[in-house]
Amino acid sequence: MLNEVTLAGFGGQGIMTTGKFLAEAALGKDLEVAWVPSYGPEMRGGTAYCTVVVSDRPVGSPIVNNPNIIVAMNRPSYDKFEPMVKSGGLLLINSSLMDVKSDRTDIIQVQIPCNQISIDLSGTGRSANIAVLGALIGASGILPYETIEEVVTRKFAKKPKVLDINLKILRKGYELGVEAAKG
Amino acid sequence: MAKLLMKGAEAIGEAAIRAGCLAYFAYPITPQSEVAEYLAKRLPEVGGTFVQAESEVAASQMVYGAAGAGVRVFTSSSSPGVSLMAEAMSYMSGSELPAVFVNIVRAGPGLGGILPSQSDYNQATRGAGHGDYHFMILAPATVQELVDWMIKAFPLSEKYMNPVMIMGDGLIAQMMEPVDFDSVKAEDIIEVESWATTGAKGRKRNLINSLFLDPLKLEEFNHKLAAKYQRMAEEDVYYEKYLMDDEPALIAVAYGTTARIVKTAIDVLRAEGMKIGLFRPISLFPFPKVELREESAKDHVRGFSVVEMSNGQMLDDVKWATLERKPVGFFSRNGGIVPNPEETIDFLRKEYERTGA
Repeated sequence: MLNEVTLAGFGGQGIMTTGKFLAEAALGKDLEVAWVPSYGPEMRGGTAYCTVVVSDRPVGSPIVNNPNIIVAMNRPSYDKFEPMVKSGGLLLINSSLMDVKSDRTDIIQVQIPCNQISIDLSGTGRSANIAVLGALIGASGILPYETIEEVVTRKFAKKPKVLDINLKILRKGYELGVEAAKG
Repeated sequence: MAKLLMKGAEAIGEAAIRAGCLAYFAYPITPQSEVAEYLAKRLPEVGGTFVQAESEVAASQMVYGAAGAGVRVFTSSSSPGVSLMAEAMSYMSGSELPAVFVNIVRAGPGLGGILPSQSDYNQATRGAGHGDYHFMILAPATVQELVDWMIKAFPLSEKYMNPVMIMGDGLIAQMMEPVDFDSVKAEDIIEVESWATTGAKGRKRNLINSLFLDPLKLEEFNHKLAAKYQRMAEEDVYYEKYLMDDEPALIAVAYGTTARIVKTAIDVLRAEGMKIGLFRPISLFPFPKVELREESAKDHVRGFSVVEMSNGQMLDDVKWATLERKPVGFFSRNGGIVPNPEETIDFLRKEYERTGA
């Protein structure tokens, strides 16, 4: 089993954190994992991205040209990464921030309104990264939902109110992800 | 202990503490400033000392001073900063002091860029400073290995009374991987009274110095150093052989980050039936010369293929070690670009075909 996931958005969207949560969840399942950030010189307002490699064997190359799963949280990320999704892979698009559909027929694409989910359940769009984490697990099935839920619970352990809302957002994202991947 | 998901740079700091090193002097530079950030917070918790020096020149001289006082000490930097440490490196080798230096290499020359590179191989293995000296150079490929070698580096530097350098790159420092800090057992520092300046009350005084005005004495000292490096080559050569026990026709040679990409490439090509193995030097000095030379004499080995993030620095050592008995091919990316698996596969496929296997 080898999954290479690239998560991309603009700085401040919490995309690095989403990647870390995913990596920790994989570690909790005793899988091999590497989390690689983009640390090159980037312009303010440009794209921030990280790649998470999850495998049942030691991770070889942490450099991935064509991930089998890509999450695009904003339009510049979509433009940059849409051509890179591995054939047969999954492209998850944050439809709250862009109305776009890939012409590619060799990939599965899933539209999830991540900001809207967060706004509906918390009043702000700040937890869009949690919504997309749920959606990613729902649409790809790369890890059991419980492992992600456990990581989120641990991360927000000191803030019960925030935890409660985020678990709802995570669940909603997950459900929409499962549904979208079916359809 | 359960594994922790940790960034390479932070793991360097924690591993040093686990190794019993409570003194760290440094000046921040991308892509390894997180070592200092981590230790600025963590060292005071365990009674250690971190001083952010005014420059790398000062940081390295602080390391010289602390090492002379018999304290386990280390510093970390990245290429341009390491160049500034060349003077202290030479003096510490000349004074036979143990310490650990970490170079998280970035692309040069000059200020260059901040992205991963292996272009400091020559500087590291030949010695950045003046004089006939070497550091022991260790190049891990994963965050776990980074931790393991950090913990082993201190006793190694004390065994030889010679600094040891851990060499990585921005990728290994910035990425997070699972680490177990108990995978290698830390060893206490051996006695320091016989050489360190710990206060001479009741014993003969110790002098830390690299000055020999008598040329015969200096020559004798240089012979002593040469014997020390020879002993390293006999007792502390480290390497990994990957898929080399079924008589591969082609042997790739790569270290650090690049070796990981080569492994992935080899896995793909092996699935196509190509018998390719990887020889990964871990100690770059002492270089695993004897082992590579043995491989070069084997009939089934038709060639060697070096992959490096430099214009061919380890390449020279591979040619020397193998006596060029078989063709040595070369592929590199440079300037901060890490070779991707696809282009590495293309290169190794061509190399394999070239050998006529």
